[in-house]
Amino acid sequence: MSKLTKKDVEHVASLAKLSISDKELEKYLKQLDEIVNYIGELNEVDTESTEPTSQTTGLENIFRPDELKPQQSLSDEEALAGTEETHNGYFKVEAVLTERTDK
Amino acid sequence: MNLPLTIKETQAGLKEKKFKAAEIVREYLERIKKHDKGINAFLTISEEQAFEAAAKVDRLLENSGEDAFNQYPLLGVTVAYKDLFLTKGIRTTAGSKVLESFVPAYSATVVERLQKAGCILVGKTNCDAWAHGASGENSDFGPTKNPWQPEFVPGGSSSGSAAAIAANFSLIACGTDTGGSVRQPANFCGVVGLKPTYGVVSRYGIIAMASSLDSVGHFARTVEDARRIFEITKGEDGYDGTLVNPKAKMQNSKLKIGIPKEYFIEGLDKEVEESILNAMEVFRKEGIEIVEVSLPHTKYAISVYYIVQPAEVSSNLGRYDGVRYGNDRNSFGAEAKRRIMLGTYVLSAGYYDAYYLKAMKVRSKIIQDFEQAFEEVDAILAPVSPTPPFKLGEKADNPLQMYLADILTVAGNLAGIPGLAIPSGFTKNGLPLGFQLLGPRFSEETLFSLGELYQKATDYQPKVAI
Repeated sequence: MSKLTKKDVEHVASLAKLSISDKELEKYLKQLDEIVNYIGELNEVDTESTEPTSQTTGLENIFRPDELKPQQSLSDEEALAGTEETHNGYFKVEAVLTERTDK
Repeated sequence: MNLPLTIKETQAGLKEKKFKAAEIVREYLERIKKHDKGINAFLTISEEQAFEAAAKVDRLLENSGEDAFNQYPLLGVTVAYKDLFLTKGIRTTAGSKVLESFVPAYSATVVERLQKAGCILVGKTNCDAWAHGASGENSDFGPTKNPWQPEFVPGGSSSGSAAAIAANFSLIACGTDTGGSVRQPANFCGVVGLKPTYGVVSRYGIIAMASSLDSVGHFARTVEDARRIFEITKGEDGYDGTLVNPKAKMQNSKLKIGIPKEYFIEGLDKEVEESILNAMEVFRKEGIEIVEVSLPHTKYAISVYYIVQPAEVSSNLGRYDGVRYGNDRNSFGAEAKRRIMLGTYVLSAGYYDAYYLKAMKVRSKIIQDFEQAFEEVDAILAPVSPTPPFKLGEKADNPLQMYLADILTVAGNLAGIPGLAIPSGFTKNGLPLGFQLLGPRFSEETLFSLGELYQKATDYQPKVAI
């Protein structure tokens, strides 16, 4: 297995929306490299004719009717109770678009 | 007062009016106030709710007498929940600063069911943040200590729940087991821990760690009590799509236990090994046939687990953005960040086949090992952890070493099978020892029968650390 690079760690941190300091980067690089090396041992196992397992229940496609059950739903107040950043019954979020600066 | 140590004793005392529910609750809360500073088993104590529930129990007993126990099978039983279980109106943190002030608007199915069965909630217990850990040291609110000897870890990740039973802060407790997080702390704290079959106890309202592995379990002091809790919590709830109502299987009249040679690994502590052999002898004397079985892919279980689990963790923790509730992603602790990044890596473009797909295939091999073994035996007897409890700080700086502490428990999660951890005594230095019984899917009844047989044969008397 190839060695993990600083760039790899920076890349996964950005994919996972985590901001990490330079000091953390050094630490995680070493630790993750060690772990990735260890789990590379799976290459020894012959899985040529083995199907992957993603879950163990043996169940598939469990459906239920798409019905609104008010007594089982959260009220607006309850749904918004976890934040103070609300506006007219909505969650308030940071703007995701920026204004053009060249106008 | 001397607190009762089992459900039977508790309910007998209430029936015979030896004590009131309110008195039991007061005693537990006083013990927590007196001793928990040094153990840190609880993150939140729900004193007001506990006294309210106790008053309700006492009123019920006053009004309907012994009939109350028919309607409420766990009447008067105090319970503590790992802080991963949503409890309506009571703060739920997952042991993480991300959720340090999160108060849920609804309760988990298990919490609802135990409440309806007459349980009294005393508080929420400390755990490795997001259930990531084998020692309790990854909690963002400080580590839990082992009540038997506080310089040792209580195991993890359901650290506070196991410690709360060992320290006699509650009669029963609940936790989650994704890679051993009920069985291993039960083992380290000298209590009984049940990890049910995947898909038998609802995960609804329990903060997800790795969704194909998470199972919801229980801590008690006897196998009989674990069975009584499981009777209430198991079965479909209409919210968790993985659930089935297990059908009672005919048990073989003569039970056979397998000893997996691959679990007697290099580095297995001598006293742990001896305790397993002693347990084996107890079963043999009771007429159970013991045979050797082989689970050849055991050595790969840790690698499979540390691919599948972080992959699912990275996905489940993706939802914590600090917008609807909780703090933003800067509040994640070191271990959560490590697992999110590891999971993101094994799922990322170019690595998916090499790691994630490969791990899912080797997972199939591990499942086939168990299927073959269970054609021959009804249950497997094995150590839970390669060593007795280790010291706080001993593995804290080396994540890989800490991951290897899970080596004897993770295969059970990958296969989705049930496991029951049972205490079997103490080391020369006074630290708890024990073993686990593993069975095929939906074989909880067999595991309970074997566990009860063991506790009866050894005349097991529950002990508390404090």
